[in-house]
Formats: sequence, structure tokens, C-alpha cells
Amino acid sequence: MSLDVNTIFQIAGIGIIVAMIQTVLKQMGKDDWAQWVTLIGFVVILYMVATLIDDLFEKIRQVFLYM
Amino acid sequence: MEILQIVGLGLAVTFIVLLLKEKNQVFALLVTLVAGIVILLMMIDQIQRVMNMLTGMAQSAHLNNVYVATILKIIGIAYISEFGAQIARDAGQASMAGKIELAGKLIILVLAIPILTAIVETIMNLMPQMGGG
Repeated sequence: MSLDVNTIFQIAGIGIIVAMIQTVLKQMGKDDWAQWVTLIGFVVILYMVATLIDDLFEKIRQVFLYM
Repeated sequence: MEILQIVGLGLAVTFIVLLLKEKNQVFALLVTLVAGIVILLMMIDQIQRVMNMLTGMAQSAHLNNVYVATILKIIGIAYISEFGAQIARDAGQASMAGKIELAGKLIILVLAIPILTAIVETIMNLMPQMGGG
């Protein structure tokens, strides 16, 4: 369970760091790079979220659908 | 005291989302989604206990197993569709949330068809002239 809670803070950290990198890259005038960084961060987090949601749906299926 | 953990987690997530929202809307939404998943995962053991009690009571009352399974499925569908609809509504997609809820309601209605048919057949048997037999 603490693993799952860690995921929340991981995602928040990745979000803040990506926002910082984005600001720095934009000030250096590399807007396209900034966009790529956001996209990659988003995909990584989406993968983590998809794993968690799969876990949740599997548990719900266990509890409700196959008694 | 699991409730203290959950309330603390909820408050922490609320402030993190407030912080993230002005920087990056998508990541804030993902944090909300993961927090919802974690809280549901914490609660699923309790739900399982309630479900075990319900099935135990149904078995001791000699109910038909099909009806109990249908009711459990309906409860599960209601929980899942509510969860998805709330996430969509948080993201500002009220119409998508409405569609998810509509699908949930329709699937629940389809699952209830055997029970409805059983009720109608029972009523038909109670009325000999209209039952046709």
C-alpha cells in the first residue's frame, strides 16, 4: 500500500520537475524541446497510472464479478 | 485507524494538486486519478468483507445464486462507472462523464433483464386467465 502512496508523490515530483525544465527550455528559446519533455513525462506517468488502474480493475473484478 | 491515513492522504493530494494546477493541468489531474485509485484499493478489503457477508446471508436463506451474482455485478458496475464519471468531471469533461454514466445505467438495465423476466413470469402465473395456460 505504501508503494501506491509513493506513486502519488512520484507523479507530483515528475510534474513539478517537468514544469521547471519546460520553463528553462522556453527561456533558452527551444520551444520544440520543451514540448517533447512534456510529452515524454506524460507518457511515463500514463504508464504508471495504467498499471495501477489495471490492478484496481483486477481487484474489483475479483470482488464483484467472480464471487 | 485507516480513516486517518485516508484523510491525511486526501488533504496532502489536495494541496499537491493546487500546487500543480497552475504549472501543469494534466499532471494535476493524473495525481487526482492515482489518489482515487489508491483510496479505492485501500477500501476494497472492506468491500470484500461486506460482500462475503451478503453472499453468506443469501446462501443461508437458500436464495437462487443467479440473483445474488447479478446484484453483486450491478453494485460493482455502479462503483466503477461512478469512479470514471467523477474523474472525467474533474477534468472538465462533463459530457464524457454523462456518457460513462449512461453506459453504466444501460448495462445495469441489461443485467437486470433475467430478474425482470422472472418477476413478469411469476405475475403471469398468478393470473390464470391472462397467463394463457
